[in-house]
Amino acid sequence: MDAGAEPGEGVGGAEVTIGGGPGLLTLIGILIVVVGFALRLNPLLVVTAAGLATGLASGLGPVEVITAFGKAFTESRYVAIVWLVLPVIGLLERSGLKERARTVIAAIPAATTGRVLSIYFTLRQISAALGLISLGGHAQMVRPLVAPMAEGAAENKFGPLPIETRRRIRAHSAAVDNVAVFFGEDIFIAIGSILLIKGFLEQNGIQVEPTKLAMWAVPTAIAAWIIHNARLLLLDRSLRRELASAAPSTEKEA
Amino acid sequence: MITLEHVYWIMGALSGGVAIVNLRDPGNPKRYNNAAFWGLYAVTFLIGSRIPHFASGCIVIAMVLVASIGKLGQGKGESASPEERAASAARWGNRLFIPALTVPAVTLLGTFLLKGAAFHGAPLVDQKQITQISLAIATIVALAVGMIMLRPPLSAPIHEARRLWDSVGWAAVLPQMLAALGALFAAAGVGKVVADLAGRYLPLGSPFAAVATYTIGMALFTMIMGNAFAAFPVMTAGIGLPLIMSRFGGDVTVMAAVGMLSGFCGTLMTPMAANYNIVPTALLELPDEYAVIKAQIPTALLLLAVNTAIMYLFVYRH
Repeated sequence: MDAGAEPGEGVGGAEVTIGGGPGLLTLIGILIVVVGFALRLNPLLVVTAAGLATGLASGLGPVEVITAFGKAFTESRYVAIVWLVLPVIGLLERSGLKERARTVIAAIPAATTGRVLSIYFTLRQISAALGLISLGGHAQMVRPLVAPMAEGAAENKFGPLPIETRRRIRAHSAAVDNVAVFFGEDIFIAIGSILLIKGFLEQNGIQVEPTKLAMWAVPTAIAAWIIHNARLLLLDRSLRRELASAAPSTEKEA
Repeated sequence: MITLEHVYWIMGALSGGVAIVNLRDPGNPKRYNNAAFWGLYAVTFLIGSRIPHFASGCIVIAMVLVASIGKLGQGKGESASPEERAASAARWGNRLFIPALTVPAVTLLGTFLLKGAAFHGAPLVDQKQITQISLAIATIVALAVGMIMLRPPLSAPIHEARRLWDSVGWAAVLPQMLAALGALFAAAGVGKVVADLAGRYLPLGSPFAAVATYTIGMALFTMIMGNAFAAFPVMTAGIGLPLIMSRFGGDVTVMAAVGMLSGFCGTLMTPMAANYNIVPTALLELPDEYAVIKAQIPTALLLLAVNTAIMYLFVYRH
């Protein structure tokens, strides 16, 4: 996928057409996915059905389709490596890591949800721009540290949070990790996407400089920082509006 | 030499361990389903490289049926009460961050130290997989640090991993399933059909229309494929190179760099990019699986507009 060091090329890197030339019927997989996700059926089932239908529509036999599916699944096992972090994160949660993260933030009066997320955004984007994309992530950083800190900052100001607010802050914590890494990593010249661009253009007889590709990722990176940090300011403002009225104990903060 | 295969053995052990803990937990109403699901997943890691791909495909389909028709459950909730956790947090203080921060620190060290590291002339680790292997090593080092520091029961890590992994549930394997779907889409030529349709029916007569079609097309096609890497070759061969570059004389570097970033805007808006958008909702216990996507859509749309503007302003200026 986009971020995350990808061994080899992306799945679409080498396109091989099979069967007697692609026709409109091969789009049936897309239809199944769109309808399946819209109806909120179990995504595993939707994706499997879409894959099998696409394979059959393109002229493969059932055994060949299952073989192709198994091969692709086996070759993408590397995306699961991040789950190895679960034992240690679980162990630390059992010992009160999230509670500690909240306490630490509570000791900083200037901390707000937006500011906590803004600092993480900046760190994540800079480290991704240096090629260090595996330093953050939802399992390693967001669940155990970033989300509890962002929630703690709001709790500190407004008292116990309604569950809806809690969930909203968590969703924003996950979003910050994604946006920052996507629009930071392309500044690093050896990242997968830059290599893919260079490789694809070379196949078409065009030479490009990875440093220039990386340079042209900078304007969008700056725009991403400005846009998302502005949204985090707005998040703070909307939390203040929503929660200040609900929690009179926060008068002293204002 | 340490390769990804060794990392997969550890993954297999983790997944198998989670299956066994589930099997022995009468508190989970669906314990046999969970045990079957994680047990089959363990098999794909332990021997997936050695069995025929057809067998792997059958295992995956069995996992899907267990998760979708049989449904997965969850065992007993928290292993420590809120009071116990608060007491432990007070006792350990900021030292609790040490094992957590060991993960990024050792990953970082590993990426630098393992590059070119050799043992008796042979590379110590597979040089193409240094980041992944460093991450795996870092998780093990961090676990060792945590165990030595906190001295929990020896079974605690696998029980805790079970608690977290079961809360993520089937979403944990969705990214892999989508990668498999992407491969089938590519093999069936789905991208070519979409690019042909776009070329035939979209107005591409002006330099601006070509740029806008390319950036928006990258975002939309990335949303369908779940992956900008899959969309880039299709859209660039279909629209970027023939129109923006050849017909209107645009600069290929600007086009390619900003085109890829337009694809990333699509990644932020699609459930097909499950590891970024769906898995975190499971990890953060959000009932709405589109909650992260909803938080990202405003940024993604604004950035897509910015990318279109950047490309239009600079791609034709040389």
